[in-house]
Amino acid sequence: MDDDAIRCDACPVLCYIKPGRTGSCDRYANHGGQLVRIDPHIVLDRAVSRGDSVVPFLGKNREWDGSLISGADTFVTAIGAGTTYPDYKPAPFIISSETQGVDMVTVVTEGIFSYCGVKLKIDTDRHLGTECSTVRAQGEAVGHVTTSEYGSQMLSLGGVRHLTGGSRQEGTVTCETLLNLCNGKAAKLEIDGGAKIVVQASQPPIVDGVREERMRVGCGSATIGMFAKQWEGKVDEVVVVDDHITGVLSEHQAGKLLGIPETGIKMKGRRSTPGRYFKVAEPGTSWGGTNITDPLSILAPFDHKLSWKGLRLLMVSTTGEHYAYFELDDARRPIEKELPVILRESVARIRENCEPALCTVLFMGGAGGSLRAGVTENPVKLTRSVRETLTRVTCGGAPVYVWPGGGITIMVDVSRLPENAFGYVPTPALVAPIEFTMKLDDYAALGGYMDHVRPLSSIQQEQESRSRIAAHPENPWPLEVGKKGSKL
Amino acid sequence: MLPDQRRLHMHDGPIDLIVQAFGEFSKIESAYRAAGDRFVSVLDELCEELTTLRQPWRHDLAVHGAVARRMVQAVAPHGRSTFITPMAAVAGAVAEEILASMTANARLSKAYVNDGGDIALYLASGEEFCVGMVERPDRPSLFGTLRIHATYPVRGIATSGWRGRSLSLGIADAVTVLAPGAAEADAAATIIANAVDLPGSEKIARMRASELAPDSDLGERLVTQSVAQLSVEEVHQALDAGASVADRLRTEHLILAAALRLQGETRIVGAHAESLFEESTANRRRLVHA
Repeated sequence: MDDDAIRCDACPVLCYIKPGRTGSCDRYANHGGQLVRIDPHIVLDRAVSRGDSVVPFLGKNREWDGSLISGADTFVTAIGAGTTYPDYKPAPFIISSETQGVDMVTVVTEGIFSYCGVKLKIDTDRHLGTECSTVRAQGEAVGHVTTSEYGSQMLSLGGVRHLTGGSRQEGTVTCETLLNLCNGKAAKLEIDGGAKIVVQASQPPIVDGVREERMRVGCGSATIGMFAKQWEGKVDEVVVVDDHITGVLSEHQAGKLLGIPETGIKMKGRRSTPGRYFKVAEPGTSWGGTNITDPLSILAPFDHKLSWKGLRLLMVSTTGEHYAYFELDDARRPIEKELPVILRESVARIRENCEPALCTVLFMGGAGGSLRAGVTENPVKLTRSVRETLTRVTCGGAPVYVWPGGGITIMVDVSRLPENAFGYVPTPALVAPIEFTMKLDDYAALGGYMDHVRPLSSIQQEQESRSRIAAHPENPWPLEVGKKGSKL
Repeated sequence: MLPDQRRLHMHDGPIDLIVQAFGEFSKIESAYRAAGDRFVSVLDELCEELTTLRQPWRHDLAVHGAVARRMVQAVAPHGRSTFITPMAAVAGAVAEEILASMTANARLSKAYVNDGGDIALYLASGEEFCVGMVERPDRPSLFGTLRIHATYPVRGIATSGWRGRSLSLGIADAVTVLAPGAAEADAAATIIANAVDLPGSEKIARMRASELAPDSDLGERLVTQSVAQLSVEEVHQALDAGASVADRLRTEHLILAAALRLQGETRIVGAHAESLFEESTANRRRLVHA
């Protein structure tokens, strides 16, 4: 067996791959003795996304009309385009096309992002970890817990300090975790002093082995506000258990306005405003994101003067997932009873109003560095052009949010990119596609490499593998002129 | 599901399938579920017997997996007269197997499983498919279309050529074969594409398969790396060689028709095949696409 060949272990075929060759899948290659994933250069196609067959394996009784794509319906993404090194060389593809009578240029490159990471929004009220706690993958620190948002917990993963500022292993694991998340794969994370989670873009999070189904309908107080009317007359008191703000119907403004009488209920925790309580328990993964399993543990004994025998009490979590119904006995002790039919609907409605819990992954990276030199000889002009929205930035054809302020720091929803759009280099750093689209004369004005501009049609005449895929139906078309606040 | 919400895309290692079923919604759903269930273990089953499947066909080549058996069966008719390994039918065999799992579990009006250009078809009575043909995967433009009606006994379509993903001994840009089954079509397309050749021509760059892929089933055999511009006579000579093999396979009832494509020339083999292969208008236009 040839010594230079390497064994690919990406799938059970276990190909031996010679230097410069790919395995039988055409996806993994031996690049200078290293196994690398290569993907065909991806060309977005609006015709495909409209459901027309461009490479019709089989058309549905449809005659092929012979027309393929007009230029403006094809957008060359940076996915698989490769990069140029050193940076001052023009980007691998600088492509002109005509859209609605305007000559456009798209500069296409795959950027190596040393400064990058992901912002992860996890729809759950369960306690994942306290703010600033370290998030680990395979035991290595890859990020930290940031804020709790409405119905969600936020994690920040990656960033240059984990990628290159720590140990070699920390960098490698961070890079692998980011790559998996960006490519839509699952990542297993563990939070110091908190939960073990499995997260994946556009999938529900799994917290300590339990798959999260639904987001909470609102905080405990908001839930009271939403359903007070539906409870009126059917129950005397409702407590919506929530780790953030637990709501109590009779004390809450919503209950007051409906004329619901006092019940003598006494809550543990700290009262914020009437009917709204903070810290009724410790954070956890049970009732409403608290650690309680017995809802009565957050109640002090009822006031004998105000309460009465037979008082009906509903306790429910913000997702409707946990609920219990009680009636007070002679000693004003709550005795658990079966939930009456007339209350079942309101509990079901809380559940129905909870949106599916998902994880969302935003890739964030800085393209304000040397990558710009592949676009223009005067890099700051590109930054200014982006800022003035003369140049549109896309990531694999997906729209990006460009942070205000200096540089070109972008965020993009990874689910808007084609499959496996991200790669990595062993530095470690992530490789992400980035495209700059602008009018041809604007490109000339910012000192672009005009002699490297080539027509879209020339791309097709090359031998290199290129894959034509459907444009994401929700993404604005990158070449569209005059859309949403952009001058393009 | 692909973004069109109609086709199913399944991928495992080197296997890449596009699947589409037609019929009632619930039937399509169960067909896709069946396809997915069957797909899970296909690659593992094949890899278990990979060493055997990479050997040239012998009458006593013993394999156990369902897909492996389809492969061996498909290459057997060619194995006595020429070099062929069961791998020549792997894509078609996988397509057939997945299609079989679908039609066994749901009553469909029609369905196809496309394994990188090797296609298994199912057609209930009265149905038909229209298929587009591409000569170069790197330039997805059609050189023709063909119609397959349920009354015509074609249930497998396969394309082979040196520009495709697999290595080829011949120089055909694409040989598309219509056969009763996908595995048979796959094996036949390989044999015919190998036969479209100009032995000894200096216009063809070849390399040992083992130098490109050490574990290739083609071993030390020379595979095509590039083909320079050929003269009209050379193109005809190479196509003649391929067509004579295709014609023999047709008289042996192993295939129903074939379209051989080399440097812009197309040769059709098969009695009423001319009417099936409709030259695309795309061919006569200058295409602008990237």
